[in-house]
Amino acid sequence: MSPHRLDSTFAALADPTRRAILARLASGQASVTELARPFAMTQPAISKHLRVLERAGLISRRRDAQRRPCRLEAKPLAQATEWLERYRQFWEGNFQRLDALLDELKTGERNARKKKRRRAKR
Amino acid sequence: MQKTGTLKLETRGDREIVMTRVFDAPRKLVWDALTKPELLKRWFFGPPGWSLIVCEVALHVGATYRYVWRGPDGTEMGMGGVCREFVPPERAVCTEKFDNPWYPGEALVTTTLVEQAGKTTLTLSVLYQSREAREAVLKTPMEQGVAMGYDRLAELLASPSAQATGKEAGAS
Repeated sequence: MSPHRLDSTFAALADPTRRAILARLASGQASVTELARPFAMTQPAISKHLRVLERAGLISRRRDAQRRPCRLEAKPLAQATEWLERYRQFWEGNFQRLDALLDELKTGERNARKKKRRRAKR
Repeated sequence: MQKTGTLKLETRGDREIVMTRVFDAPRKLVWDALTKPELLKRWFFGPPGWSLIVCEVALHVGATYRYVWRGPDGTEMGMGGVCREFVPPERAVCTEKFDNPWYPGEALVTTTLVEQAGKTTLTLSVLYQSREAREAVLKTPMEQGVAMGYDRLAELLASPSAQATGKEAGAS
């Protein structure tokens, strides 16, 4: 994948509407009308998003058919998300351990407070 | 509000990577876990088999910090930098440079902690010096990369931010 392509992939993914469009296409191809339906957006606005996704190679559209259904091109997306996914896994491992540590610290603090109260009562 | 335990990772602009994660603990405890070496060593060591063998923290502006990790085969990876802002228990800004960098220049890492109803949101932003640097990071070879199926992809994209917002956003 060329650096330029990767760059445009991330730029395309930066927008929540475009991510939602890709999520919809992950479950099968759809026409512009079908894609526009869940959004409070005009068809030309959706078409603009589709052009950005198409330029980034994330979707393709059949030129011949009347409906011109859009379909997801999984490869560039997989390449772009692969790094993020690995990075996420690295941090998630760390953070799960941090969750456990924080639980331990919370219990420690609670017990320390209880002890203090008990001592104060005496 | 984001659910506890869900890690959100995204690119912002063309030089930044931003990560957010909610912890079910008050901010003071999360701050301790991020700044006390004896606590850092218990969670901040990466994949199983690795350990954080050097952990020098920076606790004021101008101080330097250094971390070195060692892997199961003896491989060591070190990094460090200078603290630019230090506001306990809510915000720290530090430079970051790896001993064997795979991206040009250094990065600026901003850590912020926001507490709400006893839960703490950690936001970690890594700002690279250039878009080329971030690109180099994003292109880092993934020897363990797993080919993703459509299901996995849909799951990844179905994060709360990927839902239709109902707003008319411009296609920039």
